[in-house]
Amino acid sequence: MKLIMSDLRDKDLLLQFTLRLGDDALILGHRLSEWCRNGPFLEEDIALSNIALDYIGRARMHYSYASDLSEGEKSEDDFAFLRECRDYQNFLINELPRGDFAQTMARQLILDVFYTLQLEQMSQSKDATLAAIAGKAIKETKYHLRRSTDWVLRLGDGTEESHNRLQAGFDAIWGYVPEMFEQDEVEEKLVKLGVAVNTKDLKPEWEKQIGAILKEATIDVPQQEWTVRGGRAGFHTEHLGHLLSELQYMQRSYPGLEW
Amino acid sequence: MNTEDTADLEQAFQIRIDKEEKIEPKDWMPGEYRRNLIRQISQHAHSEVIGMQPEGNWLTRAPTLRRKAVLLAKVQDEGGHGLYLYSSAETLGVSRAEMIEALQSGKAKYASIFNYPTLSWADIGAIGWLVDGAAIVNQISLQRTSYGPYARAMVRICKEESFHQRQGYEIMLSLSRGNQAQREMAQDALNRWWWPSLMMFGPHDADSAHSAKSMRWKIKRETNDDLRQKFVDQSVPQIDVLKLEYPDPELKWNENRGHYDFGELDWDEFYAVIKGDGHCNRERIQHHVKAHEEGEWVRDALKAYDAKKKARHAA
Repeated sequence: MKLIMSDLRDKDLLLQFTLRLGDDALILGHRLSEWCRNGPFLEEDIALSNIALDYIGRARMHYSYASDLSEGEKSEDDFAFLRECRDYQNFLINELPRGDFAQTMARQLILDVFYTLQLEQMSQSKDATLAAIAGKAIKETKYHLRRSTDWVLRLGDGTEESHNRLQAGFDAIWGYVPEMFEQDEVEEKLVKLGVAVNTKDLKPEWEKQIGAILKEATIDVPQQEWTVRGGRAGFHTEHLGHLLSELQYMQRSYPGLEW
Repeated sequence: MNTEDTADLEQAFQIRIDKEEKIEPKDWMPGEYRRNLIRQISQHAHSEVIGMQPEGNWLTRAPTLRRKAVLLAKVQDEGGHGLYLYSSAETLGVSRAEMIEALQSGKAKYASIFNYPTLSWADIGAIGWLVDGAAIVNQISLQRTSYGPYARAMVRICKEESFHQRQGYEIMLSLSRGNQAQREMAQDALNRWWWPSLMMFGPHDADSAHSAKSMRWKIKRETNDDLRQKFVDQSVPQIDVLKLEYPDPELKWNENRGHYDFGELDWDEFYAVIKGDGHCNRERIQHHVKAHEEGEWVRDALKAYDAKKKARHAA
């Protein structure tokens, strides 16, 4: 990898891509951490916090690699806390408010199936560090997927209320799915270099797996009538700014200190 | 059973206690011993669970990713402690639903310290250091409590709590080495959390409603005042390391006693906060009720799904 990335421009692309993966993990981890002390019962508080921790850990690994790529110019926390809203490049679906438990589980299933496919390939990336991070993350994600699948089945085929809430949960966020399978120039170049995953190719398998789970859960796959995109270009929903104002509060109020 | 039989049983029970034998769930025990334990263990469990709120208040605002991850792991551990403790209370014949009902209706208590608000990041340090520190002093002593399941839960909980206390003290250390704003934040947190931490050990022994019997039954192993003194003695040198000012002008080493002397606690405040005059008494319970009620449809779905699955399996 060192050879390919000796080109400075390629190195910038790699940094940008690494930050995207860090942002995806940080923002989702932050949203999941909001469930801690708010879950439907104590075991779920613990389980959701655990998953949040996995994502925060994943964010740290990516940002710390980004810090290496920036040659120490910025730290892990500089990337996490000291950028502007437009600089974050996470998928929009990750930043949406958690909604009710059904909507959270709908999002988790969508992402868990996606990450199972994406990380499997990322673990073969020609970039050794990204490959290693993915290799660790895939183990966590397989467990996350078992859980979100179980919950979608229970809620979908539980009571009328849980079924309706879960259906509404999928309907509410379905339009944020397509951008997960789209790629801009940055990622296309990195796909060519064997660093990034061509997520376009993952879509048929993702649809197949999601379709099978939703069918068993008696949930209708929403019709693709709307699409909102822009996460990778830093074109966010209004929700991200509020999330960042909490996330960044300490670093913004007390610049440059050790904690 | 006639009175004579009960008296024999009680005598045999006390002999076992005096021999330091552990009482196990299926063993005979006096009704009052059982009720006393249910009260204490469930109160302990509720404290772990309600304690998730003041610390959870800073999860989305932790200053670094490392601090965020450590705090999340810690709050998650507190939830886990709540779970072991509910399970150990369940061995005495009370259900988790009944205990939650008692918490929400105000019949059961939780540690009153969690009615104080967390206002700055330093409060997260102070809670770990002082509140968990005080809890450990109490829990170390409870590792020898006479009821087996409770004693075993304490052994496990103590290991995790000492990690929590270290993380809290480490937050205080970094603040004390920081700039003036950070040192002021640390001092303010120490000043606010010191007295409530001392109050965690409860009233003076003479004024403690449940103490005498609990001591005889070895549910409690050391008195409130002895435990409080231990906590003061271990904490003062830690304040010195932080180079913070003492939150109590009367804190002073007493050569004769071999202990630190300290000022009298404000018992009016203690009882006022227990009664409901703390900043967060109502919010803590309302929050718990709200999360519980919002989760009802999830719990119902779980039951309905399991029932359907069983029916299908049977068919």
